[in-house]
Amino acid sequence: MPILQLQGVSRRFGGLTAVNRVDLEVERGERMTILGPNGAGKTTLFHLISGEVPVSSGRIVFRGRDVTRLGAHRRAALGLRRTYQITNLFPSLTVLQHLQLAWQSLSGAKYQWLRPLRKYGDITARAMAVLEQFGMDDRRDVPVADLSYGEQRELEIAMAVVGQPELLLLDEPLAGLSPAESGRVMEIVNGIADGITVILIEHDVEAALRFARRVTVMHQGAVVMQGTPDEVRSDPRVQEIYLGQDAAGARPV
Amino acid sequence: MSVLYLAQIGTLALIQTLLATGLNLVMGYAGRVSFGQAAIFGGAAYGVAIATVRFGMTPLAAAAVGMAVALGLGLLFAVATLRARGVYFLLTTLALGQVVWGLAYRWVSLTGGDNGLPGVPRPGGGIVWSFADDRGFFLLALIVCAAGVGLMYLLTESPAGYALRGVRDSESRMRTLGYNVELYHASAVVIAALYAGAAGVLYAFYNGFVSPQDLHVSVSADAVLTVILGGSGTVLGPALGAVAMVLLENWLSSVTSRWSLILGVLYILVVLYAPRGLAGLRLKGAARRVSPAGR
Ligand SMILES: Nc1ncnc2c1ncn2[C@@H]1O[C@H](COP(=O)(O)OP(=O)(O)O)[C@@H](O)[C@H]1O
Ligand SMILES: [Mg+2]
Repeated sequence: MPILQLQGVSRRFGGLTAVNRVDLEVERGERMTILGPNGAGKTTLFHLISGEVPVSSGRIVFRGRDVTRLGAHRRAALGLRRTYQITNLFPSLTVLQHLQLAWQSLSGAKYQWLRPLRKYGDITARAMAVLEQFGMDDRRDVPVADLSYGEQRELEIAMAVVGQPELLLLDEPLAGLSPAESGRVMEIVNGIADGITVILIEHDVEAALRFARRVTVMHQGAVVMQGTPDEVRSDPRVQEIYLGQDAAGARPV
Repeated sequence: MSVLYLAQIGTLALIQTLLATGLNLVMGYAGRVSFGQAAIFGGAAYGVAIATVRFGMTPLAAAAVGMAVALGLGLLFAVATLRARGVYFLLTTLALGQVVWGLAYRWVSLTGGDNGLPGVPRPGGGIVWSFADDRGFFLLALIVCAAGVGLMYLLTESPAGYALRGVRDSESRMRTLGYNVELYHASAVVIAALYAGAAGVLYAFYNGFVSPQDLHVSVSADAVLTVILGGSGTVLGPALGAVAMVLLENWLSSVTSRWSLILGVLYILVVLYAPRGLAGLRLKGAARRVSPAGR
């Protein structure tokens, strides 16, 4: 059974249909890329899957359960995590505190009001383990406002993988990174432990096609085609809407 | 200055500290400004006054009534503001506060209306001095206030306290990490209400008289100013702000009748020149480093 099924999912904003009757199935353990030009509805699709924006119509099934009307935090509790295209961190907190918040959300500790967080050795240990995995353990006490942009993007991902989610949604993790930083972040994304199903939105065509065996192409809110990277590269419709544009349009990095 | 006088303005500062310490959890940690704390403060004070004056309850039972009123109002505020953010939160709390204030005016048979309710007795017993002595009452207020500030330290350092900061900084991120954002906001509002309640109960006993003035929006505004002046989002900031506020009001009201205008100017100066309040001045160097990225 697929880990995620979308059936006729649409989202309208006033007169604009940002996501238009999308059907999608993602198998457990799969890595899928969603490709599409700016404004295709990719980010909105993630908002619908994560539950931050309600669907206008359609049905979303996650891990065999209809979650269409479930709040975002309940879906997260079922093992769904995401990152944001526009960095979405806690400006006043340190790196370590970000990971502590990400990890404690999985336990009852998040409802504890009377014992200082720093005394929860297990939460700190798990947070530090992930920081080490990302090579950021020496930055633990740095406020995120003082991190480089590349480090902020890495922290976005670190927070999402802290609890070994079932399904991870990555929204343009390379957006705005230098080629060197992109390489490093893609290495991290590729190295994310097996057993996590990943859907990656990526604007950078080559990075996107390298990451996944199966690619979904979106345009104007709808799914245009699905296939292997080679099929996508050679599909005339895709070339027309995306690859056919000159290199500057297709690769904004 | 006599010891008695010090005890009197000290008690007022302690009561203001409790009120502002609770509000700071909502303002400084959960990131929403409430303009309705007077309703809870005054509501609890009226609870004590009505219980003692109208129903002849003992001070201890009356204190319980005051806290129950605060809890009830806190839950009401929490439910009413469940999805209100930013200026909508401010306006909803302001409106609820005005409703409670109007109620105290109109429900004359219970509240005495404009005349208020005089004759609230102080609790028996004492610490060094009897509670009937303002010095004894100061020590009682000091103990309650110290416990309140100490508890606030634990609350803000707890996992849930950090979750509140997360909610303040990014609701969407907290949601997708699995946090029930509304629950944290509601918790902060209810906890703040219990602090306002404790302040109101102490105030009713201390003052011996409760009137609609205690529910007035200016009490709410003073609480907000206290938090901003002291430094929102710091555990000791509200205490600093409360001492500064009580001293200023005391001094200014003796030299000019326009002290509320001067406080308003002060408010603007603080927001412009010391946005992190008195507690922030001390940390100026460090404060710059932890200021939010989105400048
Ligand atoms: N909250 C919103 N209100 C109105 N329009 C929106 C909203 N969010 C997205 N849109 C519109 O929906 C379309 C798809 O946007 P988005 O999902 O961000 O595309 P992508 O991520 O593929 O670039 C765009 O035209 C965008 O302007
Ligand atoms: Mg997008």
